[in-house]
Amino acid sequence: MSAGLTPAATPSGADRIVPVRSFDVEAIRRDFPILASTVNGKPLVYLDNAATSQKPRPVIETIMRYYAAENANIHRGVHWLSELATAKHEAARVKVQHFINAAAAREIIFVRGATEAINLVAQSWGRANLRPGDEILVTGMEHHSNIVPWQIVCEATGAILRAAPFSDRGQLLLGEFDRMLTGKTRLVAVTHVSNALGTINPVHRIVQAAHDRGALALIDGCQAIPHMPVDVRELDCDFYVFSGHKVFGPTGIGALYGKEKLLDAMPPYQGGGDMIKSVSFEKTTYNDLPYKFEAGTPHIAGAIGLGAALDYIQDIGMRRINEYENQLLTRATNAISEIPGVRIIGTPPCKASLISFVIDGIHPHDIGTILDQEGIAIRTGHHCAQPVMERLGVPATARASFAFYNTHQEADALVRAIRKVIEVFN
Amino acid sequence: MGDLRELYQEVILDHNKCPRNCRRIDNPTCEASGYNPLCGDKITVFLTVSDRIIKDVSFEGSGCAISTASASMMTQALKGKTVDEALKIFGRFHDLVTGKTQGDNSAQENLGKLAVFTGVSKFPVRVKCASLAWHTLKSALDGSSETVTTE
Ligand SMILES: Cc1ncc(COP(=O)(O)O)c(C=O)c1O
Repeated sequence: MSAGLTPAATPSGADRIVPVRSFDVEAIRRDFPILASTVNGKPLVYLDNAATSQKPRPVIETIMRYYAAENANIHRGVHWLSELATAKHEAARVKVQHFINAAAAREIIFVRGATEAINLVAQSWGRANLRPGDEILVTGMEHHSNIVPWQIVCEATGAILRAAPFSDRGQLLLGEFDRMLTGKTRLVAVTHVSNALGTINPVHRIVQAAHDRGALALIDGCQAIPHMPVDVRELDCDFYVFSGHKVFGPTGIGALYGKEKLLDAMPPYQGGGDMIKSVSFEKTTYNDLPYKFEAGTPHIAGAIGLGAALDYIQDIGMRRINEYENQLLTRATNAISEIPGVRIIGTPPCKASLISFVIDGIHPHDIGTILDQEGIAIRTGHHCAQPVMERLGVPATARASFAFYNTHQEADALVRAIRKVIEVFN
Repeated sequence: MGDLRELYQEVILDHNKCPRNCRRIDNPTCEASGYNPLCGDKITVFLTVSDRIIKDVSFEGSGCAISTASASMMTQALKGKTVDEALKIFGRFHDLVTGKTQGDNSAQENLGKLAVFTGVSKFPVRVKCASLAWHTLKSALDGSSETVTTE
């Protein structure tokens, strides 16, 4: 099956275990304390990175140091600690800015995660701009968090949510997409990489098409940011969102990138402290960007931890990470494809390091339990993408998702464990 | 492999492969649907009850091996039982899969063939799979029309 599957830019063959040039995965693994754990008496093989990633020591230590030596509220103290915490928090914003090559730090809004970022745009931009009959265009492969916020704002404004279909292999049907992109479309919201299928969408092309039609483009970068270089100015997208916890940072922090002109024109999302310049019962003046969208005491430690995570992977290099992960993907894909009765769900030509699969006659939940006994952590279920499952006619899939700290041996362990699942059931 | 074999006993694998009473009952006296959002298991249980006796019981749906086998074996265990007996068996079954009857052989004997589900108690996340059919059955007997979820 999956003949012709060639993950993006993968020159290596299946059985070559030549590591990417000077990619010392063992040294990298030592930076992640949790990877030394055992589960059910077996070494942990963590292949649930699309759900959340593990944290390297520099992130853990940065957070510890923050609480041990730097903790204070920010933007509101004249004292030394408050200034220190404020400086660290704002330095983290600059790190996010540089990581995605935004034009200015004020274009980076700290949020709880991708979910909150999308809700922010839907509620703030959407309520201010959408009129009855306007359309939002998403794809059929979106995470629920890039569907439901639009449904909510459509309900409130009379706008209409439409979803462009994808092929049996999990590739967005661009012809259909172009047809559905009309003068009525006000915003296109598309995932950069599908968390259920691994598909890398041609987001550059999608943004251009949206702009040609006078629509804005929001890209959900949750599954792209940990795996490949992202340049929001090159993409020219209007909004880009991602979650810190999927990119080796803490939970509870994420970023919304928005073009300054757009963010400036948008009304606040939540009201409270920090997002105002002055408050009186007669008139309240909102703060400038980015603070206008950051009401209340933020997740200071989270932002600083996210900054440390981005520093860490930037040191390794996103191109090298991408190259190495493509080797893992090719190796695992080829080996899994050879197992009779196993079908990979999602075989588009451009794919991130994630493999969704099903086994004839064996429910994904049972696969997950048996793999867990082998110490292998994968996700099973609908992956918060029920429309994808429905489209492909499967109730659920098993999903192994790789990060740059996974090894070729772990990919092989996965393959052996899948064979064992079939044994148990026969 | 020990715990795994205990979970996926031959009987369970057999019922998963060839579920018994996996059919729809036309004009049932009651029916209910159940859903486990965690793994997407869906089930509908149909019953023909007269004089408080379960004359026929069946199910339809899709699910993992544990939930399918549990539904299949439930229908076998309950045919001919009174409604009160059925609810009592559910109580005992629930105690079994949640580990409350661990080491209590008489409790397990009471359950007859259903005792094969004892291995589930070592896999807490699978308890919902094993009990989905039973919760759905109870809902059907209670005459509720809402879909049961295990959340
Ligand atoms: C593609 C995609 N979008 C959005 C999200 C939501 O992220 P979070 O739950 O961190 O807000 C996820 C997380 O699974 C995802 O994979």
